[in-house]
Amino acid sequence: MSERLESERPEIFHEVSTARFDVVEKPLSAWEKLYDNGAFRKAVLLVVLALMWELYARWLGNPLLVPTFSATLGAFFASIASGALPQAAVYTISMLLKGYAAGLAIAAMLTAFATGTRIGADLLETLTAMFNPLPSIALLPLALVWFGLGAGSVIFVLIHAVLWAVALNTFAGFRSVSPTWRMVGQNYGLSRAGYIARILIPGAFPSILTGLKVGWAFAWRTLIAAELVFGVSSGSGGLGWFIFERKNQLLIADVFAGLLTVILFGLAVENLIFKTIESRTVRRWGMQI
Amino acid sequence: MTAPLLSVEGVTLRYRTREHLITATYRVSFELYRSDRFVVLGPSGCGKSTLLKAVGGYIQPTEGRVRLNNTDVRGPGPDRVFVFQEFDQLLPWKTVRENIVFALTASGKLPRRQAEERAMHYIAKVNLTEFALSYPHTLSGGMKQRVAIARAMAMEPQILLMDEPFAALDALTRAKMQEELLQLWDETKFTVLFVTHSIPEAIRVGNRILLMSAHPGQVRAEVNSSGADAARIHQILFSEDGKGISKDV
Repeated sequence: MSERLESERPEIFHEVSTARFDVVEKPLSAWEKLYDNGAFRKAVLLVVLALMWELYARWLGNPLLVPTFSATLGAFFASIASGALPQAAVYTISMLLKGYAAGLAIAAMLTAFATGTRIGADLLETLTAMFNPLPSIALLPLALVWFGLGAGSVIFVLIHAVLWAVALNTFAGFRSVSPTWRMVGQNYGLSRAGYIARILIPGAFPSILTGLKVGWAFAWRTLIAAELVFGVSSGSGGLGWFIFERKNQLLIADVFAGLLTVILFGLAVENLIFKTIESRTVRRWGMQI
Repeated sequence: MTAPLLSVEGVTLRYRTREHLITATYRVSFELYRSDRFVVLGPSGCGKSTLLKAVGGYIQPTEGRVRLNNTDVRGPGPDRVFVFQEFDQLLPWKTVRENIVFALTASGKLPRRQAEERAMHYIAKVNLTEFALSYPHTLSGGMKQRVAIARAMAMEPQILLMDEPFAALDALTRAKMQEELLQLWDETKFTVLFVTHSIPEAIRVGNRILLMSAHPGQVRAEVNSSGADAARIHQILFSEDGKGISKDV
């Protein structure tokens, strides 16, 4: 039976075509390109949202509750022109950078200790389990008692906000570094410091980056909240204080302008700084899609 | 006869899991000479990878010793370079060229400039020149293994340790890689200790084959691969208690 089938089924050969195909490579139209651009799609969404805000605020007609988008923009530019908003922003950012840097430094030391010794690992795990769920702002009253009404107590709560997220993620990242990479590092005779710098840190970089982002977000929120509670220290206040003060003066459009600034900074850091780092590192390396 | 390059003398390897103390190999001995293509062949569970790690210096033997050039092996080092089975042995944060440069500079073998030159030389040897600046995740499995081999060879180590380097490849690529490895050997006559569980691969790649039994790994035989045939090796490997090994074949 199978013999007959074989004889009935001839073998088939094809020449592989070298002729021109209809479409091998065709440039996309301008609209297709534009629609593929994530920034463009998001910008359209933002415009729609702003439009809805404007319409709702006009319909409501109560600038003490919800000022219009145009009024907010007006207040925003007026505050920039008067210098009040930039001054507040600069103050907030400088605070934030100090606290963030200090938090990172302590996280690095704690993680190094945890990587080197078992007791260090236990310490880090215990401390993180205890303090990570504790909102930093809850420590503010205590910080005020310890460090007084000034930069010291703000930086203290900022460190608390940054430290645990960064240390936890970095340490988890170190632990998940592939055993093969570890063996490769040992094979080429890296020193202890070289091993950390050239194998562990890049290998754990996706986790480290997540830690940095989470730490940044925690710090930013904590700082604005702390400034809302008490903003004045030696005559200058940050964005939180700017918002609080304008509310007391019933300058609601200014309050919105202050909130807008907070949002803009968040967006800028996420999209300009972290996205750039991501696309130059973990994405390029294929460690993250 | 000259002195052996590597001698493994009565090596017993044990490791601990959560519940058991496991003997991976029991009193294994063999000797490797310069330019040998020495294959360790055995079923899975015969401790051949563990044995290779002991030669690499990642594991210390509980009994016996591993000697390279008459010096005891104490830890991992750039004189014995590993090629692993896993594709992720290349560091994803470095390009193909940088992976090799990294190996050469981290080990203090060469300064950066010369390391780059040598890296390009060995990349050309494995026919990957146009991919020198690519990141590993953009390469196919076979290409990654070729880079790993180039990296190991660029180190010009005393001995190359290959732990089933082609096991994760498809059959066609695997055959091609075996051929390329032999070509490279023809050019540079490196010494390699090659671990595999494939009988045809052992015969093809090696000049001498160590046959091991499992649980725990013990040496069954050490044969020359020229003239060896798969059926005989299969018989030696799987016959009970070594009976049925015909010494005269």
